[in-house]
Amino acid sequence: MLNIIKTKEADTLNVKLEGRLDTTTAPELEAELKADLGETKALVMDFEKLEYISSAGLRVLLSAQKVMNKQGEMKIIHVNDIINEIFEVTGFSDILNIE
Amino acid sequence: MKELRIEAAIDRLDEVLAFVDTELELMDCPMKIQMQIDVAVEEIYVNIASYAYMPGRGDAIIRLDTDPQRRRVAVTFIDSGIPYDPLAREDPDVTLSAEERGIGGLGIYMVKKSMDDMSYRYENGHNILRIEKQI
Repeated sequence: MLNIIKTKEADTLNVKLEGRLDTTTAPELEAELKADLGETKALVMDFEKLEYISSAGLRVLLSAQKVMNKQGEMKIIHVNDIINEIFEVTGFSDILNIE
Repeated sequence: MKELRIEAAIDRLDEVLAFVDTELELMDCPMKIQMQIDVAVEEIYVNIASYAYMPGRGDAIIRLDTDPQRRRVAVTFIDSGIPYDPLAREDPDVTLSAEERGIGGLGIYMVKKSMDDMSYRYENGHNILRIEKQI
């Protein structure tokens, strides 16, 4: 179960995730991002209420990061300790901009 | 020992996780470790569901052994699909940049890093993969 809450301000896209980013829900996030990344210069992802992430979720974050590297910037805010450790172990903490 | 036999299909993942989580909650498993075990179970089960019987279908057995005194949990995955040892795969290079990064092998790498023990054997036509964790 994943809730994706998107808000747009000018060319900034804010995406708040609530729940689990796993094999089942990662395609939903991928589709939501794909629909809106076109004009986006800044992508801010809020993980305050994200409880879980598996490699399927990491895959979507990596491809969003690649898109945003070309057209602007992406950052992830409010990452909890458990998810942060997954970013550390997988080297994603060096790829992603985590605040 | 508890066992779940289920069709190896991605849309059954939630049932597999619910089966594992019920036992972990009975043992008052800390949240962080529960998530690590859930991730491990997801990565392994999704691999089986995606590749073991391709292009056909088949079952997976998920066996749960808990030792509440020693606070240990073991999860064993059994399938009768094509022989595949995920441990034989080379670890991904986790120091590469976003552009250079592929995503292959990342799931199993996460399992290796977070579990205390992981072993594979092929026996009587079955892939048997076991993970163990102190909780």
